[in-house]
Parts: sequence; C-alpha cells; structure tokens
Amino acid sequence: MIAGDRPPQGDPATDAGWATDQPRLGFFTDTSLCIGCKACEVACKEWNGVPDDGFDFSGTSYDNTGALGADTWRHVTFTEKLVPTPAGDEVRWLMSSDVCKHCTDAACLDVCPTGALFRTEHGTVVVQDDVCNGCGYCVPACPFGVIDQRRGDGRVWKCTLCYDRIGVGMTPACAQACPTESIQFGRLDHLRAAADGRATALRAGGAPDARLYGADATDGVGGMGAFFLLLDDPETYGLPPDPVVTTRDLASMWRTAGAAAVAVVATVAGAVLTGRR
Amino acid sequence: MTPTGTDDGAVRTYYGRPVLKAPVWKWPIPVYFFTGGLAGASASLALAARLNGDEALARRALGVAALAAAASPPLLIADLGRPERFLNMLRVAKPTSPMSVGTWVVSAFVPTAVGAAACERTGRLHRVGRVLGAVAGALGPVMCTYTGVLLADTAVPAWHEAHRELPFVFAGSAMASAGAAAVALSPVDGADVAIARRLLAAGVVVEGTASQVMERAHPDACAPYRGTGRAAVLARTARALTVTGTAVALTVGRRRRPAAAAGGALVLVGALCDRLCVSAAGVESARDPRATIGPQRRRLTRTG
Repeated sequence: MIAGDRPPQGDPATDAGWATDQPRLGFFTDTSLCIGCKACEVACKEWNGVPDDGFDFSGTSYDNTGALGADTWRHVTFTEKLVPTPAGDEVRWLMSSDVCKHCTDAACLDVCPTGALFRTEHGTVVVQDDVCNGCGYCVPACPFGVIDQRRGDGRVWKCTLCYDRIGVGMTPACAQACPTESIQFGRLDHLRAAADGRATALRAGGAPDARLYGADATDGVGGMGAFFLLLDDPETYGLPPDPVVTTRDLASMWRTAGAAAVAVVATVAGAVLTGRR
Repeated sequence: MTPTGTDDGAVRTYYGRPVLKAPVWKWPIPVYFFTGGLAGASASLALAARLNGDEALARRALGVAALAAAASPPLLIADLGRPERFLNMLRVAKPTSPMSVGTWVVSAFVPTAVGAAACERTGRLHRVGRVLGAVAGALGPVMCTYTGVLLADTAVPAWHEAHRELPFVFAGSAMASAGAAAVALSPVDGADVAIARRLLAAGVVVEGTASQVMERAHPDACAPYRGTGRAAVLARTARALTVTGTAVALTVGRRRRPAAAAGGALVLVGALCDRLCVSAAGVESARDPRATIGPQRRRLTRTG
C-alpha cells in the first residue's frame, strides 16, 4: 500500500512494518442481535484453552462472568434497564459481547518493554506467551481494562482474535459459534460499511439511540479493530465513553520529566554552590 | 468505593464495576521507586560534591548511591510474573515504553554507580572510578524522574491526569532522600554537611509543592489522596514523617549526631511512604469506575 492511500479504518499492520497487502481483519459486534446465550464465551474458552475464571455468583443479572480478564476473552454483559411504559415499568434487555478492541493505537503494545505484544499482519494485537515476562505494564495501560495477569502463571493474556484460525482463513471461534450473527468477523472496511448501514436502519426503525462505538478513526485510540453497535451509552455496557491511548501524551510527559531532571541538576548544583566562599 | 467530585451519583456504571484493571505491581515496585530515586539523586550529589572539592561528602553520597542502586534490580526482577525471563527486557529498545527506556537507564546506571563506589573503596582503578562516577551522576536525574513518566503513561486517572506533576513529585522526593541520607551519615560539624541540609530542604519543598499543585489541579483524579483509604493514610503518614524528620534534622540535628541520624531516617521513611502512597492511589483510582468515566463523559459533553 502506498503512502497517502491509507484506508479510513487505519492500516496498523503496514504502520508496524509488515510488507503486506492483506486487509485489516476485525470484529463487528452488533449488540442489537445479541441474545445473551454466551456461546461466544464458551467457544473462546474451548478453542483457546482458557482456564476457568471462577464460579462466583455476582447477583448482577445473568452475568456471573463479570469482566474481561486474563481468563475471560469474551464477556457477555447483561443490563436490565427499566423503561417506563403506560402499563408501568418494563425491563429492556441490553446484552453485549465484549472483547479486546485491537486498537489502531494500542497502549498495551506501545508500553510493552519486551516486544511480547505485537501487531500481526492482520492488524490485530497479540501477546507472545513465550516472550512475556509478566512485567504487568500493559495491565493499567489498557483504557478498556482488557488485558490482565494470570494468577499462578505470571504472564498476561487476552483475546488473540484467534490468530491461529484467521491465519488459515477460518473464522474466530466466538464469531463461528454466535447463533445470531451478533458477532461478525471479516475485513474491517467491509464491516464498517455494513455497520453504518445497520445503525442508520435501526435509528430509522425506532431505535434512536443506536450508535457505533469504536468505528471512528479519529477517536482516542485511532479506531478499534473490534467495534460495536450499541443501543445505549457505552458506560451502560461497562465501556469507557471516550477512551484515549495514554501514549498520545508521551512526548509531553518526557518533556516534563526532562524539565524535572533539569530541576534536579539545578537544585543539586545550587545546594553545592550556595555556601561556597 | 467513593464517588469522585461532582460526578457523585450522576455517572452511570456497569454494576459499579471498574472499567480499568488495577495495576498488578506489588510492594517491590514502589520500594524501587524509592531506592532508584535515592540512588539517582545521591549519585548526582556525589558528582557535584566531587567537582566542588567536597571529597568526604562525595564519598558518602556515592556509597549511598551504590547501595541503593544495588538493591534496585532485585526488586524489579522479583516483581515480574516470570522473573527468570528478566533478560527479555533487553531484547528490544522501545521509546514508546517508559519501562523499556527505564530498563536501559537502570542497566547503565547500576553498574556505573556500584563500580564507581567499588573503585573508590578499594582504591583501585582511580580514573576509571571517576569516569564511572561521572556517568552515574549524569544519569542520576533521569533515575529520579523517569518513574513519574512510567506511572503517568497508563490509563489510571490518578497517574495519567497528573503527568505534568508526577516527575516533579518524584524528583523532589528523591532529592530529599539523598539529602537526608547524607545528613544522617555526616558529622554535624563537618564543612560539607550544610550542602546535604540544603538539598534535603530543597527536595522537601519541591516534593511538597508539586504534590499540592497536583492535588489541586486534578481534584477528581487525585481523590484517593484524600479521605480514609490506604493512599490517604499513607499520604498523611509520609507528610508527618517528612515534616518531622526535616525539622529534627535542621534544628537539633545541627548540633547532635543522633538527632541528625534520626531526622534523616524519618525523611527517608517518609519518602518511601510517599512512593507507596502514589502506588496505592493508582490502584484505588483504577478500581473506581467513576474516576474513569466521569472525566470522559464531561469531555464529550464539552465538545458536544
């Protein structure tokens, strides 16, 4: 791909140095189609050999999974929203299958000091488990709270967007198992176009709050490789409303540290020289 | 979980669950922030004292720098999830990762500081020792400050929002530590102990001012420093230790060696509490979904 010919959804694989003309691959999770069956959670666990994440009763609707983490790479959220109607309040179900966003500007990848986190030829973000030394820096760097350290293992784990499957032309396990096509996998440019149409249709069809999340290349993470159609504010689904890749401010941070370092030099010199006769 | 600032109750969350994952770093990391800062500022103090001809002070400060530097890598390695893979840090150099930058700085600083002190104590390789001491002294200010960027370069509101202040907080605390250690180790009537006292006082002022600016500029993000949580308790403890220690070191400590040692020790423990405090604040901040969502929602509302 030549310079100036960047697709609107970003081309992080080429930016990362891949000499590839492969399209960027990703997920479109259309939550208006999600029925909360959790087939995606199960399929992900089975295919990727992800250990159990505890069997706790949460008391929060049908969600005993809780959150994405080292041992949860797909997480179905359940919100029972009370909607007033003439016949009294009714429950409106909001279900959504959350996943790693495979950000265009990925903080986890930026801060990883070993290079264990890398950008694949498909534009996704993957941890190399034979390189990760468990420093934990990616954990607080992720603005979505996706990646985490696995207890008893020490390394960090997250969704690989089924790197092993998509490399041979297969569909990721979660999308393969989804019975309603709420989880769609494919070329990101195709998914974005389809999602635009779907959101427009839903808004015209009586769901005025339908909106895309992560489909905008000008957002704080440069757009997401796994984006969503939501029927309410992102925070209702446990998503940050305006996530920003922390490294966007890195140059400014280093300048501040440089000023502080100069202050140290000046102070030490001042302490030594002040009493000089 | 305490709601923050004006977002009280107005911020919607998913069953009050955190948006972010809390940092997984355990006590060795904040303790390293202390030892690394102490070592860095002491190495710079040693170099400045040497250039000024204060050999006794230079020798003591370099000794402190070497000990604190030597303690640092074991702390950093012990906290890794896979300590046996610590050398993987050296397979890349990534400017986008403050931890990668820091790894290379530490890798250069620790051997030079320890080597310089070893040359001085053994009396061997005098000129090599002086060169090593100069390199360590030049890297010292970086050791004092890069850890502020390390924390700020995360999504944690208490750390990221404070990215203009944290390096100064850490720099001030590091200088106070180096001054305190030198005061504690110097005879009270020595010619050069006044330098250490000035560095101690200046460090305390820089750290205190930067902390105040940080908490006032970002009241919501810095909420963990107030109230009754672990970070708030550590903040008060750090302040009490630092103020008491500085007062003792700069008054009675001018005449009595035990008081100077006690005052210096209090300031050092205060600086350690300060790093533990900033770490704890990050954990509390990450666990509070309102601290994450509130400012983002306000930003969206402002920009429409």
